[in-house]
Amino acid sequence: MLGTATVGEFSPNLVSDLLDMWSAPFMVNAFRAMTLVSVLGAAVGVLLVIRRESFVGHTLSVIGVPGASGAVYFGGPAALGYYLAAGIGVLALGSRRAGGGARLAGQNAAVGTFQAAALATGLLFISLYKGFLGGTSALLFGSILGITGAQVAQLAVITALVLLALALLWRPLVFASLDPVIAASRGLRVGLLNLAYLTLLAVSAAAVAQITGGLLVFGLLVLPAATAQVVTTRPARTLVIAVILGFLIGWASLYSAYYTDYPVGFWLTSIAFAAYVIVRVGHQISDRVNG
Amino acid sequence: MKAAGNPALVIRDAAMSIGGRVLWSNLSVTIEPGEFVAILGPNGVGKSTLLKAILGTRALTSGHIQRNSEIGYLPQRRGFDASLRVQARELVRLGVDGTRYGLSLSPRRSRAVRARVDELIALVGAASYAHRPIGELSGGEQQRLLIAQALAHHPSLLLLDEPLDSLDLPNQGSVAELIASLCRDEGVTVLMVAHDVNPIVGYLDRVIYLAPGGAAAGSVSEVITSVTLTDLYRTPIEVLTTSDGRLVVVGQPEAPAIHGDRHDHGGH
Repeated sequence: MLGTATVGEFSPNLVSDLLDMWSAPFMVNAFRAMTLVSVLGAAVGVLLVIRRESFVGHTLSVIGVPGASGAVYFGGPAALGYYLAAGIGVLALGSRRAGGGARLAGQNAAVGTFQAAALATGLLFISLYKGFLGGTSALLFGSILGITGAQVAQLAVITALVLLALALLWRPLVFASLDPVIAASRGLRVGLLNLAYLTLLAVSAAAVAQITGGLLVFGLLVLPAATAQVVTTRPARTLVIAVILGFLIGWASLYSAYYTDYPVGFWLTSIAFAAYVIVRVGHQISDRVNG
Repeated sequence: MKAAGNPALVIRDAAMSIGGRVLWSNLSVTIEPGEFVAILGPNGVGKSTLLKAILGTRALTSGHIQRNSEIGYLPQRRGFDASLRVQARELVRLGVDGTRYGLSLSPRRSRAVRARVDELIALVGAASYAHRPIGELSGGEQQRLLIAQALAHHPSLLLLDEPLDSLDLPNQGSVAELIASLCRDEGVTVLMVAHDVNPIVGYLDRVIYLAPGGAAAGSVSEVITSVTLTDLYRTPIEVLTTSDGRLVVVGQPEAPAIHGDRHDHGGH
């Protein structure tokens, strides 16, 4: 990962590996940041998976690319760009559902158009700002380098706020997501709940993208929840399992990224995908066995 | 559930138009607690719209609706996606506590919610499959669980929009029997939009028959007759009774007893 002599060799003793990694301050920050965004992404991802709006999630992740590259081009902090882009994403996608109850899933063409335009804008900023080229890979596929204490603090605040909002709104959000018409007839403000969900999703994607890169947010947002849904059909349990899975995937990808030359986003996505395939296949086999 | 003499629902001189077109009018009916009432009429006449007017999500053009009961509502639907991996039981549970904000940390309350969910699932006879993902269940099984969900907050008036739609005949019969038993044993008043009156005709206390421009209400034998329907449609209509007791309405543009185009566009 670093290409310098400070990297120790990987050993089967994971604890000594951890201590070895933590001797580098930037890795301590990387572990802190990864722990936060993996828990955050997995938790919000459960709603995304229940609503089957993965494409919306992907779009809200990808717009971080023009957001962050634009912020860097104009000389601002990349994190600010991620959150500004998320805000624009909520306005653009949220306005289409002002009527309440309407699902974005049925408007894939419009969402796709928005996503394409966002990526194009991102590439424009990247090519305008020549000196930024080295950071392009990090922007798209993630990096564990150079995470500052301030960034960890920023991610901690975002994670705490989103988890608090999720805890307060959980049951109405699940109700409005599964069955918007009936939820509305029972007096829930489905339009507002949809907007709240979209905001939580966008903010979470902006936080996760800072670590995983804009293109690979899915590894933490969708895969832990999708994997958890294979083994349980109860939303509350899905949430718990997804968060534990997200945490494990996050840490495993940090180990892998530290001891190899590949970016963290690659590891994160690959490990999460492997976990999904293993659980899916294992579940199918146990289904066959149990008839 | 209600004291005698206190009707569950009173509709007086109600009319509904959409975009200047009169859907139906002249609807007056008083429904007593525990009655099973069908809302019939051709496609596009505004049957679902009447349910929405009772629910309060759509205003009448004239007249008024008086109700003082908690309403359970089951909208028309095409069923859940087969790949939806959420346990059927969770859906009923959302009916019980899905509108509550915050976390449920009290074990006593959690137990009470679980007990209520068990009770509702037993009431609709869904205990043997409530643990399965909702998307894997048959249309009849999904409909039973949705009825359980609609009953979760103890409504005394249940509005059902074509609950027998897209069910096969045996399931139509058993869901109709379930709904009738809710009226009889639980005292719930049921208003049900139906495309075909035959699966429920033996249970009905009253029918509301909507026709373009008008409406009629009363018992089955009063309303579904050649005379009443001819009068309502201002065109000759004949009601036939087949040897097995089924009602067939002949002469109406789209008769309720005929299967086929099931979609009611009146409410959309």
